[in-house]
Amino acid sequence: MLEELYQEIILDHYRRPRNRGKAVPADLAYKDSNPLCGDEIEVTATLVDGKIKDIKFDGHGCSICLASSSIMTGKLVGKTLAEALNYIENFQKMMRGDIPFGGKEMGDLKALEGVLKFPVRVKCATLAWHTAHRGITAKL
Amino acid sequence: MIERLDAVELEEIRDDFPILQQRVHGKPLIYFDNAATSQKPRQVIETLNDYYRRYNANVHRGIHALAERATREYELARHTIAKFINAPAPETVVFTRGTTEAINLVAYSWARANLKQGDEILITWMEHHSNIVPWYQVAAATGAVIKRIDLNADGTLAIPAINPRTKLVAVTQCSNVLGTINPVKELAAAAHKVGALILVDGAQSVPHLAVDVQALDADFFVFSGHKMLGPTASGVLYGKRALLEGMPPFMGGGEMIREVSATGFTTNDLPYKFEAGTPNIAESIGLGIAVDYLQKVGLDKIRQHEKEITAYALERLQEMIEIKIYGPLDAEKRGGLVAFTFSDIHPHDLATFFDQEGIAIRAGHHCAMPLHKHLGIGATARASFYLYNTRAEVDALVATLQKAKKFFGACPTGRALGF
Repeated sequence: MLEELYQEIILDHYRRPRNRGKAVPADLAYKDSNPLCGDEIEVTATLVDGKIKDIKFDGHGCSICLASSSIMTGKLVGKTLAEALNYIENFQKMMRGDIPFGGKEMGDLKALEGVLKFPVRVKCATLAWHTAHRGITAKL
Repeated sequence: MIERLDAVELEEIRDDFPILQQRVHGKPLIYFDNAATSQKPRQVIETLNDYYRRYNANVHRGIHALAERATREYELARHTIAKFINAPAPETVVFTRGTTEAINLVAYSWARANLKQGDEILITWMEHHSNIVPWYQVAAATGAVIKRIDLNADGTLAIPAINPRTKLVAVTQCSNVLGTINPVKELAAAAHKVGALILVDGAQSVPHLAVDVQALDADFFVFSGHKMLGPTASGVLYGKRALLEGMPPFMGGGEMIREVSATGFTTNDLPYKFEAGTPNIAESIGLGIAVDYLQKVGLDKIRQHEKEITAYALERLQEMIEIKIYGPLDAEKRGGLVAFTFSDIHPHDLATFFDQEGIAIRAGHHCAMPLHKHLGIGATARASFYLYNTRAEVDALVATLQKAKKFFGACPTGRALGF
């Protein structure tokens, strides 16, 4: 059971987070927190021609929160803001159980499926995504 | 001679708690989240059942047998609780839904009527949100100012800056994070010297140590039933009679009135003035039975047991270099709980890992965000003990921490300090 939550990919992203820090220039910046646990994530992105050229996250949180943030940045880079929003909303639906987990372009993201078996931890996995969503929406 | 729970008594106590006789994720349940809420003995569970099966009726109104019995049991509970905290009279004990409601009652009724611009409300860094937010609201409504007593490095209170502008000291008797037991008797004396009142939050103390509100000279003393073997939505506001009598009612409705005319009302006597509407009858009766249970075991024995468990936990946890414990390291100075961080493993990850081993701990900021910010941490893990916990369970806690360390491995970037 525990191994489903803490898959190797998750622990790898947790121990060696990708895209940690601040994107410069930060054309888009948004910080949000989970008031229940105090986890805080800031997402920053550099935009070129309406596309996300660089995206980074910073903050503090549990392994699920940080791994999910790290995976997210890898998924959103290169996308237009509209594509990114769409991608984020799709992931949010999966984490709510509205649509089945899967589809194209999953890659490392698949590792977060195990979180669904731990309902209290879903909010950990979605914090960065909600933060990015708000940041992008504010920009559009 | 120090009285302690012996092995037989401990086993008998554990047998009284049906919820402890289960496995969680295939492991025997170890319940270490007592500071959030305690478990209930069958005596309390049966009381609730008995009330609804045999004498459910509204109190203080009906002229029938059920109403008479419900009223009698409800008032008996008030007597029991008044004696338990050595309140001078049962009518100084107001039933509330818990600590939060009791503090709000004082904030809305006493504070709004008595505080003005520039008056100071003195709290501490270690208060629970329920003893912070109502005062922020009072400050916004009256222009009063919030001040805080500083913390010493060991998690005890510094010498408070009580001054003539101080009108109220609102302080917890025992911190739900640091475990620190505060010198409320001395604080009460200091407050009274400048003419201020003191409200003592007993949510984490009344369940675990003998409290005498008159000896403490507390003006207001509040606590929750659900943390002391009682039902949820039970709790108490104790107040000095003259204060309670002088305060306007908190909520209006049935029960709190003596007479209602076409244009106004007169208020009922204490404590009913503050118990508008149909009260939490079953819960308050259940709390009375919980107090009976605690008294039968003996508060001094319970305190001694928890002190020993806590001292043992502090000793075992400190065997690991990765541990950081918050609050005093002397079990004499703290209640039966230990908040800690472990290596770079986030408390949420620890809590999930513990849960899989059948061990319930709490992770997060424990409704004390200002304290965590003050300490410069996002979250802590907390194990909190009660009369039914054992040394063997503490051993399981330590063994599980060691397992967690192996599982999560070294995470040098794990606890990032972002901002």
